Amino acid sequence: MKQKFDIIESSCIPLPLENVDTDQIIPARFLKAVTRDEKFFGDNLFRDWRYKPDGSLNKDFVLNDPRYSGEILVAGKNFGSGSSREHAAWAIAGYGFRVVISSYFADIHRNNELNNFVLPVVVSEEFLAELFGSIEKDPATRVRVDVGAKTVTNLATGRTENFPLGEYKQYCLMNALDDIDYLLQQKSKIEDYEKKSK
Amino acid sequence: MNTLFDKIWDSHVVSLIPDGPTQLYIDRLYCHEVTSPQAFDGLRARGIKCFRPEKIFCMPDHNTPTHDQDKPIEDPVSKRQVDSLERNAKEFGLNYFGMMHPKNGIIHVVGPERGLSLPGMTIVCGDSHTSTHGAVGAVAFGIGTSEVEMVLASQCILQQKPKSMRITVDGKLGKGVTAKDIALYLMMKITTSGATGYFIEYAGEAVRNLSMEGRLTLCNLSIEMGARGGFIAPDQVTFDYLKGREYAPKGEEWDKAVEYWKTLKSADDAVFDRELHFDAADIAPMITYGTNPGMGMPIDGTIPVPQCKALDYMGFTSGQSLLGHKIDYVFLGACTNGRIEDFRAFASLVKGHKKAPGVTAWLVPGSWMVDAQIREEGLDKVLEEAGFEIRQPGCSACLAMNDDKIPAGKYSVSTSNRNFEGRQGPGSRTLLASPLTAAAAAITGEVTDPRKFL
Repeated sequence: MKQKFDIIESSCIPLPLENVDTDQIIPARFLKAVTRDEKFFGDNLFRDWRYKPDGSLNKDFVLNDPRYSGEILVAGKNFGSGSSREHAAWAIAGYGFRVVISSYFADIHRNNELNNFVLPVVVSEEFLAELFGSIEKDPATRVRVDVGAKTVTNLATGRTENFPLGEYKQYCLMNALDDIDYLLQQKSKIEDYEKKSK
Repeated sequence: MNTLFDKIWDSHVVSLIPDGPTQLYIDRLYCHEVTSPQAFDGLRARGIKCFRPEKIFCMPDHNTPTHDQDKPIEDPVSKRQVDSLERNAKEFGLNYFGMMHPKNGIIHVVGPERGLSLPGMTIVCGDSHTSTHGAVGAVAFGIGTSEVEMVLASQCILQQKPKSMRITVDGKLGKGVTAKDIALYLMMKITTSGATGYFIEYAGEAVRNLSMEGRLTLCNLSIEMGARGGFIAPDQVTFDYLKGREYAPKGEEWDKAVEYWKTLKSADDAVFDRELHFDAADIAPMITYGTNPGMGMPIDGTIPVPQCKALDYMGFTSGQSLLGHKIDYVFLGACTNGRIEDFRAFASLVKGHKKAPGVTAWLVPGSWMVDAQIREEGLDKVLEEAGFEIRQPGCSACLAMNDDKIPAGKYSVSTSNRNFEGRQGPGSRTLLASPLTAAAAAITGEVTDPRKFL
């Protein structure tokens, strides 16, 4: 959903697993929807980890742990690998996350998050390990993400890092514009390219 | 610089956004039913048409049942998704090959075999295995639904230019070692994130010696190494494969095209951001033991990682050999291994043997064209004689969006591309392998080294 980004400060939900693939974020059987119904996808985020095969809640999974809440998901390295399904980004947005912090994102999923106004924040391994530690010590640990300054801060320790974000995408996020809005203004350039490359 | 990737990418740049992505022109967009409906909704919401409908080809493949395709799909939710693709293709004036259409099949099998994917092109689809089309010498990569909408709206996409990597596999492959084994070996070596941020050019004698089918398998699995795409510079193998294909250029146009395609190679002094070298002689038939495709090992190896969540899920123990492990299902097919050469390999190994009792085998051609070839070559007779049945084309048990689901706790030796938790059905346990290894498992009922039968 298009929404303006500025500063987000929130507690976090930790998922200290590596290589979380998009099949886990949203299993294939939930991809049959023909509309972008974020609530539906959000309800089924991490479906097979959140619920047991008999449909009951898996109390051991972090989304079902009442100690944790917030708009920031903190995940292990190589988050979002595998399938290109944008449904994974819709599920993350639909659940209410606005930021995902990890030390490494799979390429396609990273773009999908950005295109859905979920901000992937890439941090160093050290920052990530320290943040997991802070959250373990105090589940209410807050993190501040400043899109204008491109900084992320673990408020428990004060540790701050810059995160990569191109100026173009930063502008889009801060002004709630998407790539299609941009491309639609480029028609004459596209037609020129087509003539030239014939 | 001076890599083939640079040449193709740079010749498709419409504009560069300062400190931002590249506006890249796309020659071919493929759409399947799962990742496109919301993109078409987007066009309607914005009140715009499709910009270049003639460059776009649509076909359902993920939901299609692998039997009785002439009848309506039983699952109403799957049916709605397939129907919506047909409706959208009609409304926006796009090429459409529906179920039972002779040109239908898995989009990544159909594109190359119809000559829709050609050297030097930029090709995208809302599907991570779009990397497959790189085998013909194209820059091909998977995209999300918002990006599908970008291409529908403008025939362009905004992308950061990836870094370049060359993977050279020198030497000759041993007996029973296939393109699938090369890919599983590479993933074992560099992990599933080892090529994230890169586009791979595959090179070296072992790659050059692959048939087009083998090259399609190798490039298909680029995404499982984390790369957006992987490709192989076009050569005589490519030209021989494409010549005469329905949508490939004809006559003088063909000669002109080949002339151009011959220029599509990296310069001798090309510099890659990363170079990796491997020796084909080190590669054995491979099998996976875990829940990502990088968790693989030589079939006669022992599980090299400590006990972990993945091994618990698979019901394996650290240090265990998988040889002789009982299996329940065999799946031959998918955009990875659903081509004619894969069926030839499977048939050659099971010829004169019988399917093991207790094994359920799903043999799913990648397209109706593959199906027709199987019958033309008489492979159907060989397979039936050995107790196997050929199903109708589609993605099938690779991701189990249709009825072909592996039950919880069961083991499947699969020629597909992902062994993620629940990928082939909730609780399913997938062992990824080549068609030869799948065939050996199918006739013995257990994990078996295919070289025993060669």
